[in-house]
Amino acid sequence: MEKFTVHTGRALPLRRSNVDTDQIIPAEYLKRITRHGFEDALFAAWRSDPSFVLNDPRYAGVSVLVAGPDFGTGSSREHAVWALQDYGFKVVLSSRFADIFRGNSGKGGLLTALVDQDVVESLWAAIEADPELEVTVDLVERQVRAGDLVAPFEVDDYVRWRLLEGLDDIGLTLQHEGDISAYEAQRPAFKPVTA
Amino acid sequence: MGKTLAEKVWDAHVVRRAEGEPDLLYIDLHLVHEVTSPQAFDGLRAAGRPVRRPDLTLATEDHNVPTFDIDKPIADPISRAQVEALRANAAEFGVPIYSLGSDEQGIVHVVGPQLGLTQPGMTVVCGDSHTSTHGAFGALAFGIGTSEVEHVLATQTLPLKPFKTMAIEIDGPLPAGVTAKDVILRVIVEIGTGGGQGYVLEYRGEAIRALSMEARMTICNMSIEAGARAGLIAPDETTFAYLEGRERAPQGDEWAAAVSYWRTLVTDDDAVFDKVVRIDAATLSPFVTWGTNPGQGVPLSASVPSPDDYADPVDADAARKALEYMGLEAGTPMKDIPVDTVFIGSCTNGRIEDLRAAAEVFRGRSVAPGVQALVVPGSVRVRLAAEAEGLDKVFEAAGAEWRNAGCSMCLAMNADKVAPGKRSASTSNRNFEGRQGPGSRTHLVSPQVAAATAVVGRLASPADLDALVDA
Repeated sequence: MEKFTVHTGRALPLRRSNVDTDQIIPAEYLKRITRHGFEDALFAAWRSDPSFVLNDPRYAGVSVLVAGPDFGTGSSREHAVWALQDYGFKVVLSSRFADIFRGNSGKGGLLTALVDQDVVESLWAAIEADPELEVTVDLVERQVRAGDLVAPFEVDDYVRWRLLEGLDDIGLTLQHEGDISAYEAQRPAFKPVTA
Repeated sequence: MGKTLAEKVWDAHVVRRAEGEPDLLYIDLHLVHEVTSPQAFDGLRAAGRPVRRPDLTLATEDHNVPTFDIDKPIADPISRAQVEALRANAAEFGVPIYSLGSDEQGIVHVVGPQLGLTQPGMTVVCGDSHTSTHGAFGALAFGIGTSEVEHVLATQTLPLKPFKTMAIEIDGPLPAGVTAKDVILRVIVEIGTGGGQGYVLEYRGEAIRALSMEARMTICNMSIEAGARAGLIAPDETTFAYLEGRERAPQGDEWAAAVSYWRTLVTDDDAVFDKVVRIDAATLSPFVTWGTNPGQGVPLSASVPSPDDYADPVDADAARKALEYMGLEAGTPMKDIPVDTVFIGSCTNGRIEDLRAAAEVFRGRSVAPGVQALVVPGSVRVRLAAEAEGLDKVFEAAGAEWRNAGCSMCLAMNADKVAPGKRSASTSNRNFEGRQGPGSRTHLVSPQVAAATAVVGRLASPADLDALVDA
C-alpha cells in the first residue's frame, strides 16, 4: 500500500446525505473479478444526469470528495473504495461515515477524514465559489486546510499509523502466527466445521 | 460490572490484545460468495498464501445466479465468469462450495443457519453486510470488505476496534398482524440510518423472546440498515430447539457441553449498555418505506411525509430528493400508492416461514392485473420444503412466478430487475435508488404486506383484503 502523509488537490462538493454504496457503484458493475477499472462505474446512475456535479467540467481532476453525512452506508462492497480511487480520489471528507465503508477505505489507502458538519458546509461554499481552490489534507497534523479555513479531522490512531507507513494488515497479523495457533489449540471441540 | 452478550462473545475470541492496537479476533466461520471474493483469492495467490482454515470456510453462489433455467450455462457471460472464478478458487484453495445445481445452494445467510453452522457465541463473517443475520443465534456476525475477506482467508482472524453496545428493548407482546419486518423497519426509523454506527445492537424484550428463529433472523439481518455492523439476540430454548439435530450442530455429548456454554451467553443483569432504545410493542403496526433509504419509513396506515416535517435541514433535503426520485407527493396515503412489481424473497424474508405467510395471503386470491409478482426462495432447501407443502402451487394459482433460489431482485445483479421508473413492494432490505434495477422505485414491506399488495395492486395489508371482502 502506498504511504499517505499530506495530500493537496481540488475538491468536489457532493451535497447529499446517505450516499450509499449502491450509489457509489451500482451492483451491475460488481461482476468484474479484478481490483481495478471501476472509474466509469463511480456514481454511474447519477452521472447519466448532465447536471450532476461530477459532470461539471470545472471539477475535472478533483481528488478530494466533500460529502454529506452518513457517507458509504449499505452494502459492504469494497468496489466502492476502488471506484473512488480509480477515479482519482485520495480523500473523502464527511461528518459521518458508515463503519464498513470506513474500514474498507483504511485497508485500501483511501483516507476518510471525519470533520464537523459546519466544516463540510464551509468547504462546500468555498469550493463552489472557487472550483480551483486547493484543499490540503494533512494526515501528520490531522488537519484540513483550504484558503482561510483550517480545521482538525478525526481518524483512528491505528489506521493513521498504517496509512502513514503504508503497511499491509495481513503481513502484520502473520507476525503473530504463534498466538493464532495457541488460540486454535484451545477452541472447544463442539465448534462446527464446514467439511 | 457484568458484561453484555456481545462483550462476552468478543472476549472469548481475542487472540491477541496490545496497547494502542485493535484486538486480533478469531473467526469461527467465514462464508464466501462470488461477488466479494475474487480479488481476495487473487491477493492470496500473489502473496503465495494458502487459506488457513478451509474447514471453517464455506462458499456458495447467490448474488449473480439466475432464478430460472438453472440447468443451463449462465446466460450473462460476465456473471458466468464470476461464478466460474469462485468455483476455480474454491477448488484451488480447498474451500467447500455449494454451487448452482446443488441441493445446498442458496443465499449465504440462509445456508449457514439451515445447516446448523451458525451457533451461539460464534464469530461469523462474510463479505456481505447482511451477515448480521446470524446474530439471531447470539453470534457476533458482521459484514466485511474484500481486503478483510483476504485477511480472514489468510489468517482466520481480523484486527478489530472495540464497539459500543446498544440495547433495543421491544416491550410487551406484538399486536396481531405485526411481523418481525415491521419491528425492524420501525427500529431503523427510531435510530436512523447512521444511529447504529460504531455499535453492536442487542434486541431484547418480551416481543423479541416470543419470535421464532426465522423472525429473529429478519430482525438481525437489517441491523446494518441502522448503521450497526452487527445485531444479536441472546440464545434461548427457541435457539436450542432450532439447532438440535441439524447436521452441523454439535451431536451427542458435545451437544450437552455446547448447550451448557450457550446458556451463559446472556447479558449480565449488572451489565451497562452504552445506549438503550425502548419501543412499546403496542405502538407497532405494519410498516413500509416511502423514500430511498430504509430510515424513511412510516406505518402503512399513514401518508407520505413532507420535507417540511423534518426539523433537520439535511433530513428535509434528503426527503425532497427521495420524493422526487420516488415520484411521490407529500400527503398521499401510503395505501393509495399503486405498484407494478412485488418481490418476495432475499436474506431478509426468503425463508420457509416467510413463504408460508405470503402463501396464506395468496391462497384463493389472484395477483392484480398488470402486477408482476416474483417469489424467490432463499435456498434450494427452502424451495424444496415449500414445494413439499404445496406452496408453489398456491403462488402459481394466484398468478405469481415461482423461481429458484438466489438473491435475485433484491439487488438485481441477475436478470430479475424492476423496470426503470416502475415501483415495487419488496420484502428485501434496501430501497436505495436503483437498487432493484436502474431507475427502480422500492417500498420495503413484510411478506404479508407484499402478498396483500400484489392482490390489491396498491400497498395493502392482509387486513385490508378482509375489509374488501366485507365491503
